[in-house]
Amino acid sequence: MNKSQLIEALAKHENLTLKKAELIVNAIFENMAEALVTNERIEIRGFGSFKIKNYNGYKGRNPKTGDIIEVGGKKLPFFKVGKELSEIVDS
Amino acid sequence: MALTKEKLITRLQTQAGLSKQESRAVVERVLGIIKETLAQGEDLLISGFGKFSVRQKNARRGRNPQTKENLILRARKVVVFKTSGVLRNRINNNRS
Repeated sequence: MNKSQLIEALAKHENLTLKKAELIVNAIFENMAEALVTNERIEIRGFGSFKIKNYNGYKGRNPKTGDIIEVGGKKLPFFKVGKELSEIVDS
Repeated sequence: MALTKEKLITRLQTQAGLSKQESRAVVERVLGIIKETLAQGEDLLISGFGKFSVRQKNARRGRNPQTKENLILRARKVVVFKTSGVLRNRINNNRS
């Protein structure tokens, strides 16, 4: 399923216009993205939680040339699946 | 400080011009659709945010590190999330 299919499903189930459903779905994910950009945790009971993990930089090697290269640190969201979701997916 | 479901409902209410009940209903519905999709083993791709997919894990021998007991972890399905490149860049540059 992609975002437009999610929008269609929401519109159908909640009797919304596609335009309204699109606005809602975009707003939901934009709120979540914005939280992560500002380093805020997301915690949705039954679904899961996201938090930003910091990864340190390290010295790596280009496997082809063997050159040592500096790999910079980065931040990535980490998703931990919630109890309810993990149970329904596994059942 | 975390973004909770309640906070999300309140924010969406203003952003989408909904009543509190409507906002709650659509947030619950979106989460419900996502859960159902994943429960059926189907992936969910949200462009600009990321992809949730269901991965099949094989059974493996594990060990309880506390009791040092050997045990078999059964085959199971888990949800994994991969951040979209767009969001990854936004997070690392603090703005796209």
